[in-house]
Amino acid sequence: MGPSKPTKSPRRPPSDWDRLFELGVMAVGLSTLVLVWALVAKMALDALPSMERFGPGFLTGVVWDPTKEVFGALPFIFGTLLTSGIAFIIGVPLSIGIAIYLSELAPPWVRGPLSFVVELLAAVPSVIYGLWAMYALRPVIANDIEPFFKSVLGWTPLFQGNAVGLDKFTAGIILAIMIIPTIASVSKEAMRAVPDTQREAALSLGATSYETTRIAVLSYARSGIFGACILGLGRALGETMAVTMTIGNANRISWSLLDPGQTMASLIANNWGEAQGIQLSALIEVGLVLFFVALLVNLFARLMVGRVLKAVPSTGVGL
Amino acid sequence: MEGKIVTEGLNAYFGEVHAVKNVGLGIKQNAITAIIGPSGCGKSTLIRCMNRMHEVVRGARVKGKVLLDGKDIYGPATSPVMVRTKVGMVFQKPNPFPTMNIYDNVVAGLRLNGERDWKKLDTVVERSLKLAALWDEVKDHLDASGVSISGGQQQRLCIARALAVQPEVLLLDEPCSALDPIATAKIEDLLFDLKDKYTIVIVTHNMQQAARISDHTAFMYLGELVEYGDTKKIFENPDKELTEKYITGRFG
Repeated sequence: MGPSKPTKSPRRPPSDWDRLFELGVMAVGLSTLVLVWALVAKMALDALPSMERFGPGFLTGVVWDPTKEVFGALPFIFGTLLTSGIAFIIGVPLSIGIAIYLSELAPPWVRGPLSFVVELLAAVPSVIYGLWAMYALRPVIANDIEPFFKSVLGWTPLFQGNAVGLDKFTAGIILAIMIIPTIASVSKEAMRAVPDTQREAALSLGATSYETTRIAVLSYARSGIFGACILGLGRALGETMAVTMTIGNANRISWSLLDPGQTMASLIANNWGEAQGIQLSALIEVGLVLFFVALLVNLFARLMVGRVLKAVPSTGVGL
Repeated sequence: MEGKIVTEGLNAYFGEVHAVKNVGLGIKQNAITAIIGPSGCGKSTLIRCMNRMHEVVRGARVKGKVLLDGKDIYGPATSPVMVRTKVGMVFQKPNPFPTMNIYDNVVAGLRLNGERDWKKLDTVVERSLKLAALWDEVKDHLDASGVSISGGQQQRLCIARALAVQPEVLLLDEPCSALDPIATAKIEDLLFDLKDKYTIVIVTHNMQQAARISDHTAFMYLGELVEYGDTKKIFENPDKELTEKYITGRFG
């Protein structure tokens, strides 16, 4: 055999097609920026009359009265944060429990099908969850669960009033159910990505199954799990249909979970059809607020995930 | 047969694969025993049976006995957790906990046992890191991440972590295979110093390493124990032809 020939053909000059391809992909890529700009600009423009009329007081105003044309967003910011908070408090522990079972304990013949079911739940349209909540969940909540909480925690401001089942409590629970599949499946993936050498390290020190999960799996996967939780929170903040169907739609602030309420999303869904003039402008401003709340949550999440990741150098041997 | 650890009719399986076949072996106390053999001969599986780490792999089974101080570690009254605190292990790839700093890595096992006394933990960290010949290199940055140090240092950190729970036996599964010669030499020196206090079993595919540091050597082939005896005898005058062929590099 003679000297080896170059295996690559000499580079051809870029063709017109190549140039077209590169320009095309760049245009599609940059179009996302245009989309965000168009979205925010249009919303800000349409919200301008409301912003001019109510100023920063819009965020702290507690009255929403279309007849007197007085609009304040606080009850809906409150409703959004409260229902998402309930969903988070109920959903996160359950999701992480599911993820731990799927990742660490379930035998392969359970893990596969069960993971599939969990992911399937994430794909169920929210109107289905809403219908189910109204017709299947609400009677149970109104007749059993809420009376129970009332009897135990009735002395707190959180459980005042009558157990009807169309309220912030029900909305929070259905939100929890809706964010569980997302948080559980993403957390499970994060835990599956933990190398077995980490589990072996813990086991060889005499760690029990719980301790191995804690010191080897949860700590290693924590940034992924945190990201999963924020993903779930993001879904809860913006969820519209199921909440609109269950929250009872009352435009006021009340700490009792048994009182109806309203979230930013459900307010818009309930009122955009009839709204016009300054009310429409106020609704759009609420939408803008929701947009920025979601943005802030995501930014915060990214900062946190970045910080956690930085604490774990990925260059070391054995990772 | 006698020794700190004695296996009797030990068989280990991965599903249908019979990885360790009827092995009877007595590991001497306060000595270094090397287990050598070609890849896939079952040497790692054998030592993983000695602290019940074999069974954590799904589908893995063990038959036979492993006696630690005469007591079967697979007996009904023994828990794997208890066994593993007495029989520590160091793995092929250094596996410090990346979210913990050096200090916390060393005391991870002690904290599991509920030790909260700061003074005691400090003492254990210093003692374990000194035993692992790592103290001088890391004493000024114990709060650095366990994976911020070099691979050889990480492996010594893992040895310190294993020693911190004060095991009686230390199992090492090819601990130097991911390390350079200098780091390897440091670990060999340190194992040599440790054998006064611990019973050490090391799996290695490096025959020079076995010859350098071990007192006894076991040669395994295709899941069976071919020959076991003093390292000098195994390397200079083995009884079995198969052993001699392997030692002289004619296969494997």
